[in-house]
Amino acid sequence: MSIPIADHVRDIPKSGIRDFFEIVQSMADVISLGIGEPDFVTPWHIREAAIYSLEKGRTGYTSNLGLPRLRRAISDTVQRATGVQYDPLREVLVSVGVSEAIDVALRAILNPGDEVLYHEPCYVSYSPSVALAFGTARAIPTRAEDHFSLRADALEAAVGPRTKAVMLNFPTNPTGATMDRAQIEAIAGVCIRHNLAVLTDEIYSELTYDDREHFSIVSVPGMKERTIYLHGLSKAYAMTGFRIGYACGPNSIIEAMMKIHQYSILCAPIMSQDAAVEALERGEPSMLRMRREYALRRNYVVSALNEMGLDCFMPRGAFYVFPKITSTGLTSQEFSLRLLHEKRVAVVPGTAFGASGEGHVRCSYATGLEQIKIAMQRIGEFCVELRADQQARTAA
Amino acid sequence: MDALIDLLRHNPLMAREDVARLLGLTVADVNARIAGLERDGIIIGYQTVINREKWNPDTVTAVIEVKVTPERDGGFDRIASRISKFEEVQSCYLMSGGYDLLVLVEAGNLRQVATFVAEKLSTIEAVVSTATRFRLKTYKENGAFHHFDTAPERLAVSP
Repeated sequence: MSIPIADHVRDIPKSGIRDFFEIVQSMADVISLGIGEPDFVTPWHIREAAIYSLEKGRTGYTSNLGLPRLRRAISDTVQRATGVQYDPLREVLVSVGVSEAIDVALRAILNPGDEVLYHEPCYVSYSPSVALAFGTARAIPTRAEDHFSLRADALEAAVGPRTKAVMLNFPTNPTGATMDRAQIEAIAGVCIRHNLAVLTDEIYSELTYDDREHFSIVSVPGMKERTIYLHGLSKAYAMTGFRIGYACGPNSIIEAMMKIHQYSILCAPIMSQDAAVEALERGEPSMLRMRREYALRRNYVVSALNEMGLDCFMPRGAFYVFPKITSTGLTSQEFSLRLLHEKRVAVVPGTAFGASGEGHVRCSYATGLEQIKIAMQRIGEFCVELRADQQARTAA
Repeated sequence: MDALIDLLRHNPLMAREDVARLLGLTVADVNARIAGLERDGIIIGYQTVINREKWNPDTVTAVIEVKVTPERDGGFDRIASRISKFEEVQSCYLMSGGYDLLVLVEAGNLRQVATFVAEKLSTIEAVVSTATRFRLKTYKENGAFHHFDTAPERLAVSP
């Protein structure tokens, strides 16, 4: 006999990114703009802190909630970023990356059939994580005309009788979208009116450009008690492999999340937690240096893409641009596959991030400038060739 | 302006078109700003970082700690400038601590450094004493590494 798979797991579709990854893996000399992690190696002083931790023989479990010193550093960091004070001993949980924190938060609050709203295009895990917690995920499409920000009226219209929570992710993977204070306050208003919980994934919140600091929904008065603030060190400090994320929220929620976390994960690795302390206490200059570099590359990529006729707004956050490719007459999937086969450049089809990503592709600029330059040249050639084809067909 | 200086410090040869695109400026703007930095003496030169162990392994680099008697008018400046003018001297800094001037000297061989110290440097009246140390190996120079780690692998596509 074969072991039958649980229905709700079987029904989760395969990740579109996974398929694409397999194809790219099988090819040589590909320049990839398809990577969702920093190209920088973790700053040396942070790596050195992890080495020191191992040297000292720190190889055991930590408290389920995480090292108290790390929780204090997290509490201070969040307080500086949002103005909101979390008790490091009762309101902070250290997780294995933000992904685990999202999963645990959803499992802690959802009853079967509860509905969770999220804006789309979005990170690939949101909808499956809701399904795995026996909830119903409902996407609210965002639009290029709005620079992929979430409109309060769209949220209002989507709220139904079973809606329990809203998931936010600004700056957004894959669009680079950001929200200003007034927009966030309008969203908060809807949440308060309909008594909704908010899960805000703030993983890109340090990576904002043009001197526009990120404004978190938790900073809106009255939102702290209904918000689970989810963040981590992967993107800002180039620490993806360390797997350190965290959740801040009301004590009752953190306690509930801790029950799940302790039985499934126990705790995040101690040497990673030690490295995270170093990053939060002394890593700001390294983070700012990387952010400056991302900002320059973003300028380069946006101006190059617009010149070749792929419309692209100037995103103010994360390290992605999300150009519109409909002028080529191809779908996102066709564009990405042909670009890969004909020019050996990997971008991710917008549809990998939800149906509303059709007509766009995601290009990551977390890649060295030399690679970006070659990639832009190749995409430019690809567009010229596509247009010549289109004209030849029209003439014939 | 800081972003422009950052780019030029790492690669003064970067095509001006690329610099312009990265900074969101026109090429003419970039050229004007660079000319301004040069005119104001903020940029005082452009240099190539060379791996001497590969190019000319016999070259000798010495670091010389120099104690001097400062002058009533001008302190260390006149002595430092006098020392700096020797061709062998690549860098000269006024230091805090146990000695006054740190002098970096480059020469074709050991004897030339010895001659420079004995005949030029030590004979300057204000120089009280010198301590000379030789470079054995270079690991990092002007921010550039001589021995590179191989680039770590990343997944080709990730969410």
